Amino acid sequence: MTAQYDKTPVLQTKNLVKRYGSVTAIDHADFELYPGEILAVIGDNGAGKSSLIKALSGALIPDEGEILLDGKPVHFSSPMEARALGIETVYQNLAVSPALNIADNLYLGRELLKPGILGKVFRMLDKKEMERRAKDKMTELGLMTIQNISQAVESLSGGQRQGVAVARSALFGSKVVIMDEPTAALGVKESRRVLNLIKEVRDRGLPIILISHNMPHVFEVADRIHIHRLGKRAAIVTPQSHTMSDAVAIMTGAMEVGESEGEAA
Amino acid sequence: MSSNNTKPSTAVLDHDKVADQASTYVAKFERKETPLQRFKKFLHHYPIAAPLIVLLLAIVSFSVIVGDRFLHPFNLSLVLQQVTIIGVIGVAQTLIILTAGIDLSVGAIMVLTSVVMGRMAVNHGIDPSLSILIGIGVGALAGFINGLLITRLKIPPFIATLGSWNVFFALNLWYSKSETIRSQDISNIAPLLQWTGQTIDFFGARLTYGSLLMLGIFFLIWYALNWTAWGRHVYATGDDPEAAKLAGIRTTRILMSVYVLAGVVCAIGAWVLIGRIGSVSPQAGTMTNLDSITAVVIGGCSLFGGRGSIYGTLIGALVVGVFRNGLALAGVDVLWQEFTVGILIISAVAIDQWIRRGTA
Repeated sequence: MTAQYDKTPVLQTKNLVKRYGSVTAIDHADFELYPGEILAVIGDNGAGKSSLIKALSGALIPDEGEILLDGKPVHFSSPMEARALGIETVYQNLAVSPALNIADNLYLGRELLKPGILGKVFRMLDKKEMERRAKDKMTELGLMTIQNISQAVESLSGGQRQGVAVARSALFGSKVVIMDEPTAALGVKESRRVLNLIKEVRDRGLPIILISHNMPHVFEVADRIHIHRLGKRAAIVTPQSHTMSDAVAIMTGAMEVGESEGEAA
Repeated sequence: MSSNNTKPSTAVLDHDKVADQASTYVAKFERKETPLQRFKKFLHHYPIAAPLIVLLLAIVSFSVIVGDRFLHPFNLSLVLQQVTIIGVIGVAQTLIILTAGIDLSVGAIMVLTSVVMGRMAVNHGIDPSLSILIGIGVGALAGFINGLLITRLKIPPFIATLGSWNVFFALNLWYSKSETIRSQDISNIAPLLQWTGQTIDFFGARLTYGSLLMLGIFFLIWYALNWTAWGRHVYATGDDPEAAKLAGIRTTRILMSVYVLAGVVCAIGAWVLIGRIGSVSPQAGTMTNLDSITAVVIGGCSLFGGRGSIYGTLIGALVVGVFRNGLALAGVDVLWQEFTVGILIISAVAIDQWIRRGTA
């Protein structure tokens, strides 16, 4: 293991449990995300990976167990609280407002106000500053093929919209970015750009949790792969240690892997 | 191991690499733009252009047909007076339509609050300025009730306000005892209520304080919609409520604030109404409901929410006012005025649909 995995995980769960009536969606699940990595979370439908992700992003309150952020226990009762602590989620449906422009969307819900009396008393938006920072962020992430920051999001392609949502998470996420199926609705070339974008964000120091069903994409960008099965972690593998077929086999239960075995691989 | 990013599995990604060299020809259709398509694009980019063109065309045609009488400052200020009430109520309606709602009770709230203001001041001898404030409070409460019905009971706005329209109108008849408060009594006891109808001379045009109040409200709401976070959130809520919620906007709160604010604006409209007709009548302003929707729709607001502007509504109200006034001056029967307004509404929505098709 390299140095980064000796450190305290940025985000960690211990013995997390969530039950819906008689169904146990999360069954004493452990999870660790280390600094500077892309951790893919894969699992068959119904394995409980979305419940796990919801618990991490604050959309679901677990019944038992704990969530640790930088080693300290945290409790989120809403996605807003998770966001306030620096955990940003890029939702599959992107949560962008089509009629608003790119800058407005980046700052939606977290607008900047003008300094001084204009902002304090008249609550005036600092549109210039928001546009400037939005432009900087988009340029930094190599997204400035979008020429005009004040163009409506509805005029953008699917990949560009994804870019806006990712830029928003990178702008505000100080600890973790969670991405839910970022390439699901995209074509081949657009997927490629989004994958590059994900690596770009990681290289800028933000660890990423990537939820995806697309094995080639997972194996291309992930540093480690968390395989979820029956409500808990079945194994952790890396693209170097296992093949896609192995991953699918573990995911579906065709192959048994002890957790320690997976880690050591 | 993670420092070593060369992966044995990259071989499987070759199908992606191939795609990068693929021809992009299919994505580029050579398309020549006809002037009509360019015009359509222009309208899509500047949604305000369509109603503005209609307004200018109407003004030009009526000044040709009717002559100097139409363009006379006195007549133009009359048009402005006539559109004042629709304008104010149109502001309330715009706010609600921007959130993808509709408010059929705006007219009823206006009449109810005008009766409250009148009876408080004239019959109960309460200070007129306090009466106006009480009226505004009642307007806010009415909007609050609409908001609760829509956000808590999840009743679609159309149905919720259809119901509250009847309720508010019945309360209005009950509280007013179906009696009109005479203009004479108001000017004796509470002249402040009629202040909105007083005129000031402005280069030969006679502007009422009510018209100025309307312009003031337009400015305030324009500012709130375009320069505050609240305004962005109103648009986002109307555009895609789920996305807005995920972005951290408390959409329920936004909706509540919009309905309450609409109620307050309707109450200010009530004050303007008293100034305009002089008296307080429980039967006044029955057409205001539909006229306000007309103004908003002609002004280019989308009934599906999230798109439109407040000045569009001002132009929409002016279009209605100019057509009514011009046709009247031309000696056209009132029924044809209604006919024309009907055609205007249908054309406005048809143009809106045409603009959206294919350019989005």
